[in-house]
Amino acid sequence: MSDTTLPKDPEDAAATAAEAAVPDAATALVAEAAAAQLADREPILQVRNLVKHFPLTQGIIVKRQIGAVKAVDGVSFDLYAGETLGIVGESGCGKSTVAKLLMNLEQVTAGEVFYKGQDITKLSGRALKAVRRNIQMVFQDPYTSLNPRMTVGDIIGEPFDIHPEVAPKGDRRKRVEELLDVVGLNPEYINRYPHQFSGGQRQRIGIARGLALNPEIIICDEPVSALDVSVQAQVINLMEKLQDEFNLSYIFIAHDLSIVRHISDRVGVMYLGKIAEIGSDAEIYEHPTHPYTQALLSAVPVPDPEAREHRERIILSGDVPSPANPPSGCRFRTRCWKAEDRCALEEPLLAIPTRFANVDTPAKHESACHFAEEKDVVGAA
Amino acid sequence: MTVIDDISDVPTPDASLAPLLEVRDLHVEFHTRDGVAKAVNGVNYSVSAGETLAVLGESGSGKSVSAQAVMGILDMPPARIPKGEIFFQGRDMLKMSGEERRKIRGRKIAMIFQDALSSLNPVLSVGYQLGEMYRVHQGLSRKDAKAKAIELMDRVRIPAARERVGDYPHQFSGGMRQRIMIAMALALEPDLIIADEPTTALDVTVQAQVMELLAELQREYNMGLILITHDLGVVADVADKIAVMYAGRIVEDAPVHDIYAKPAHPYTKGLLQSIPRLDQKGQELYAIKGLPPNLTRIPSGCAFNPRCPMAQDICRTDVPPLHPVGTARGSACHFWKETLGE
Repeated sequence: MSDTTLPKDPEDAAATAAEAAVPDAATALVAEAAAAQLADREPILQVRNLVKHFPLTQGIIVKRQIGAVKAVDGVSFDLYAGETLGIVGESGCGKSTVAKLLMNLEQVTAGEVFYKGQDITKLSGRALKAVRRNIQMVFQDPYTSLNPRMTVGDIIGEPFDIHPEVAPKGDRRKRVEELLDVVGLNPEYINRYPHQFSGGQRQRIGIARGLALNPEIIICDEPVSALDVSVQAQVINLMEKLQDEFNLSYIFIAHDLSIVRHISDRVGVMYLGKIAEIGSDAEIYEHPTHPYTQALLSAVPVPDPEAREHRERIILSGDVPSPANPPSGCRFRTRCWKAEDRCALEEPLLAIPTRFANVDTPAKHESACHFAEEKDVVGAA
Repeated sequence: MTVIDDISDVPTPDASLAPLLEVRDLHVEFHTRDGVAKAVNGVNYSVSAGETLAVLGESGSGKSVSAQAVMGILDMPPARIPKGEIFFQGRDMLKMSGEERRKIRGRKIAMIFQDALSSLNPVLSVGYQLGEMYRVHQGLSRKDAKAKAIELMDRVRIPAARERVGDYPHQFSGGMRQRIMIAMALALEPDLIIADEPTTALDVTVQAQVMELLAELQREYNMGLILITHDLGVVADVADKIAVMYAGRIVEDAPVHDIYAKPAHPYTKGLLQSIPRLDQKGQELYAIKGLPPNLTRIPSGCAFNPRCPMAQDICRTDVPPLHPVGTARGSACHFWKETLGE
């Protein structure tokens, strides 16, 4: 999946699949379906070896660099149209920095982000503006991400000032009212200010603003973690409804593993600036092969008191090392119970582990561990 | 010291059976510009030694305010306790003098706060802050207090305690800071610990470490623990019994196994259905409609009635009492039988 460094041409992929389909009618049908699926599965966003280092400097007048915080250190993944890719990890693992890099809000240190074959990290000015219309963001904290001095109508309508081609001047108010309706708010609230809304309603306003320009991709950075449990479910359901309605692709960044499983089609687990394991939700949650994923999953409390006796807990020792000075080799080795000498010397690459390469098993997904091994820690029903 | 001795000597013959803490019909209100906010409206709960009570609720449910009333750290005014009793080891703390309560606070009842970084003093070393407990309460010298502080840090498993005793709070990670908060609460070996969202600010792997430590220390000292949280997962992991709060009242209270298997209140039921599960790929989540009420304008009758799928006329007029459900449970719903039966 991530072995290609360049984006494939969709027609190429379809053509290869069509070539294979020659003989009788039945196989032709199958091949046709496969071709349709292949064309359908062309990634909308391709991220390749994304790196972001924040320099650490010393000195007041003459600043010299004494090191770097390696917030993101070689992250690659694909996002397909209409799917949700969840990114989980603990605080400081670089997941929010990835979000900012995808929006080109931070300058990348190295790496590429292809949106429909175009590397957006190299864009600026008008070209960047055009791409950003299609990639929008919903932020974590609905209390600080809305300007308290602007009315809801102005907040949701502001994207139209930058991209007037989406909604002509006379139409804007109507468009904003529609958006309010879509996210489940009363269109009459258009002249109210953010403080007149509850946390859940504010997050709906943030989502409406994200939707304003009809984007294809929405990057959600911890969109529900500031909300109460009963309100969280409302917002999650809304996001799923909107995804079906507008065929949106989500990158859903969160630390709550249960919510990520609920909403995601595929999940990437990040640790210290790298992806440790990536796969479909069932592969990651029911057949994790990376020790970090296993520890992370086993640490999540499950709302079922019957489970507490027979669930195995992996309690990691220590804290996440500093990203300014990550361990050599495998970054997880300092907290890993499987670590051997090899882990300190040789960095495991994110790939399908060789032992699973020729077997048809859900464990056959990319995992960056020398000793990848399946282990059910969730006790899935 | 005499006061303290009194407290432990006074108890009635069946002192061993009596709960450590018993809160009866507690009311707390705040006077605000918008009127009187009724944060706690008649709460009853009890905790025995070695037992863990989880108080579960969303923001604004009154769970933290009731705990602050027990601890005696509410700012009064604006807060007021118009009614209620808080019995600790057989004596009503609300009738005690400020001096008497201060002797209980820290020594007998200690609290762990959510945000360790803002609860610790940033300009004093953690060793100094831990030692302060011994200097103030037991009159130890600086040197002895420091030795005790190192011992405490060892007990909550902070690595290299001897070297780190002089470090300041910002030099510790979130999990380590929360351990220091736990150490501070444990310093005087209290009988009861109130932990207000102790792991909410922490990552899951660190949360697991901290909760395990807390449970282990509780067993070791046979302490009562009141765990205040909104996380149904954490509750299922550690609690013996649960009190679910909504708009300042307890809507359901039950042993932990009963509540998850068969909730007897529509609010509890809704909460349990609205959380995504790690071990199941769910369909659409059940969402409780509407929002929690404004505490200055709590709906008449059952406070949950505007959001409740089962609400009838009686729910809008009559406040449901806590109906006994079996032996050890209660549900404040007129239709608890129907809720259970479904």
